Amino acid sequence: MGRRAKNKQGPPAPLPGTQESKGPSRRQLSKVRKQQRLQDSKKRSQDSDDDSQPQVKKIKTQAKQNGKKQVSASKQDESWDNASLDSDDELLDGDDEFPIGSDEEIDEDEEALEEASDEDDLDNDGVFPKVENDFLGSESEVEEDEEEAGDSDEDEDAMLDSDEDDIAEFAGLDERKSRKLEERAAREAAEAEAELRDSAMQTNIGEDGREFEEDEDEDQADISQINLRIKETVNILGNFKEMRDPSKSRQDYLDRLLKDIATYYGYSDFLAEKLFNLFSPAEAIEFFEANEVPRPVTIRTNTLRTRRRDLAQALINRGVNLEPIGKWTKVGLQVFESQVPIGATPEYLAGHYMLQAASSFLPVMALAPQEHERVLDMASAPGGKTTHIAALLKNTGMVFANDFSKDRLKSLTANITRLGAKNTVVCNYDGREFPKVIGGFDRVLLDAPCSGTGVISKDPGVKVNKTEKDFIDIPHLQKQLILCAIDSVDANSKTGGYIVYSTCSVTVDENEAVVDYALRKRPNIKLVSTGIEFGREGFVSYRGKTFHPSLNLTRRYYPHMHNMDGFYVAKFKKFSNKIPKAEKNGKGAEGQEADDENSNGPTTFLEDEDQNIMQGLYIFQYGQMLHFSLVHLTNNCGDFLHSEIFFNRIHAKASKESQTQEIT
Amino acid sequence: MRPLTEEETKTLFEKLAKYIGSNIKHLIDRPDETYCFRLHRDRVYYVSESIMRKAVSIGRDQLGSLGVCFGKMTKTGKFRLHITALDYLAQYAKHKMWVKPNGEMPFLYGNHVVKAHLGRVTEDTPEHQGVIILNMSDVPLGFGVTARSTTDSRKLQPTDIVAFHQADIGEYLREEDTLF
Repeated sequence: MGRRAKNKQGPPAPLPGTQESKGPSRRQLSKVRKQQRLQDSKKRSQDSDDDSQPQVKKIKTQAKQNGKKQVSASKQDESWDNASLDSDDELLDGDDEFPIGSDEEIDEDEEALEEASDEDDLDNDGVFPKVENDFLGSESEVEEDEEEAGDSDEDEDAMLDSDEDDIAEFAGLDERKSRKLEERAAREAAEAEAELRDSAMQTNIGEDGREFEEDEDEDQADISQINLRIKETVNILGNFKEMRDPSKSRQDYLDRLLKDIATYYGYSDFLAEKLFNLFSPAEAIEFFEANEVPRPVTIRTNTLRTRRRDLAQALINRGVNLEPIGKWTKVGLQVFESQVPIGATPEYLAGHYMLQAASSFLPVMALAPQEHERVLDMASAPGGKTTHIAALLKNTGMVFANDFSKDRLKSLTANITRLGAKNTVVCNYDGREFPKVIGGFDRVLLDAPCSGTGVISKDPGVKVNKTEKDFIDIPHLQKQLILCAIDSVDANSKTGGYIVYSTCSVTVDENEAVVDYALRKRPNIKLVSTGIEFGREGFVSYRGKTFHPSLNLTRRYYPHMHNMDGFYVAKFKKFSNKIPKAEKNGKGAEGQEADDENSNGPTTFLEDEDQNIMQGLYIFQYGQMLHFSLVHLTNNCGDFLHSEIFFNRIHAKASKESQTQEIT
Repeated sequence: MRPLTEEETKTLFEKLAKYIGSNIKHLIDRPDETYCFRLHRDRVYYVSESIMRKAVSIGRDQLGSLGVCFGKMTKTGKFRLHITALDYLAQYAKHKMWVKPNGEMPFLYGNHVVKAHLGRVTEDTPEHQGVIILNMSDVPLGFGVTARSTTDSRKLQPTDIVAFHQADIGEYLREEDTLF
């Protein structure tokens, strides 16, 4: 066995002892190894730690046999190799500096052998296939390997011979030689120690690394614990009286739960709370869970080009596994799996179907456009709903497809022409300009831009990038848009006069609050049934805000309930083109606001008023009235009868007002 | 948006005639409604008059498209048919060519139609005649120009081209940026 080769293998033997003495645990050593791998440093001594010499030999032969394989493997990892090569070379150089020259007896053959075995060593390490394989198989080594691969057997023989020579020398018991051998042994021990010290130094780094990893482990444990804790807390909140810890309040539990949800599902604290408040605790968890799962892929048959039955047959022939979505739609198909890309089949290109989420069918179904009508789609890109409208119109009448973004106009036009809608006009306005550009539509669809809290499974970025400001700005825009949409409709249309407002968001700010605002600002509209039989009713009151009672005609859709994106649909009927002044004047405080509004034109927006509405204007107004009447009572307590009459009158007025609002 | 000039109308109709021949008159005299051609940003649109009148309210910069885009006027004064005109072309086409299922995808990737993929072709189609290309279930896939007449193409080798590719519905995906 070559000396230098042995040196390389040096550390193994003393290692267990030093472990005890120096302290670094076995685990730490493995960390050291990891660390070293990360640093691309000399790790091979560690790798072959426990290999005794005979094993090494075996491995060497294996290495030789596997030589070619390793060559190819190391070629794959050349980029790694280049990095690791330097350190290897340094190591070799370092070895050379040891005073081997003093061994005069060692003949040249042995020298040559040593070099050979050096290279063998290099091979040797490659035998242990690690994930970060082949630190040692450098390019130059590859070449050598290739050269040697042919005569590997000869090398092996020579090595065995040399070992026999060593034994013979021992047998001869030449004193000088034995002394030299002892010296050599001592030197080896010293080197081994040095190397160990090296590794010990690196152990420090390793310890750091381990701490870090342990932190990670803790996190790992935490996540599963958090999940458990979420479940427990939900349980407790579900049966609060019996299961609570008396020392904790409900708020404590809720705070803990919210924090856990934010951590576990990766929401910002703000959004987690906002969404959590929409549901009961148990349902909220279902909602958050559903947001982690993708919704099924659905397509809508383009009835301008084909029928659902034919399309299904054609797609099944292409190896697509599909089924109708449900009884509520006659054009939807749900795709379970497909052997072909569903967005590039000849049928898709021929416009036989559109890739469209099931929830996107709903607003158009609610709009229910009739033939020969003129319809406006205010925010239409990428054209799924627009083409659905065109299909329902059977290419009669006309559809104005508007979108704010010029970039999205291309895909919008592409989809419209691909699906064969010939009655469309594509335009690029800000939706808020609309009644001025062109009005008098029979129906208007406003699928408003929104925060996207209903489509978190599609775009998880929403979890963190929506801030409190977004939930002020976006609803503000939506309120402007909805008024424009309402103003763009002709109430005298024989068949129409409808507006559909929809968002792919589930928050109340963007849905009920906006609809309520529209009802307040435009007394000439009323909510009507969406005509879709499923979906949950919209909130009539929410966390202290009271909305118009007819808001129960709007519909909410949730991922966990309907297995479609979170969605909201509201349908209005406009029954008058004028905002009748008399009606407004009869409305007290609101009449005043309406007057202001008139003086500022139909599409201006009063911040104060918005604020009031956010705070629930109904309660506010009614409360104010009662308060006024009470003050009046106390002031005129002498004339009791008179004041009672007055009170009754006020009360009657208030209730009458709420009645008129119900009618509207 | 403006009506076509006489010269533009002539180049447009000459081009259309290559595919639908005398059926052009069906495009102009429709029983249901009056239709017209309008030019907007080099693109020629075929649109009903009622829609056109309403679309006048849309500003020039904001108008994206209206009705069906037939193609565009090139800067050299020629007319180039776009795939978006396929619906009308297929409806009134004089000559058609059907490709077998194994030839569908190659054609949709923009390749010419080779003899091996030819399923069926209208009788008596002359050489260099505009043809509509359909698949065997009569779904229009695009259009092109015959390389040989129907009789000549019988003698061709399986790998020889029978129709040159001009436009296909794959362009809705491939050319979305330039087409619209």
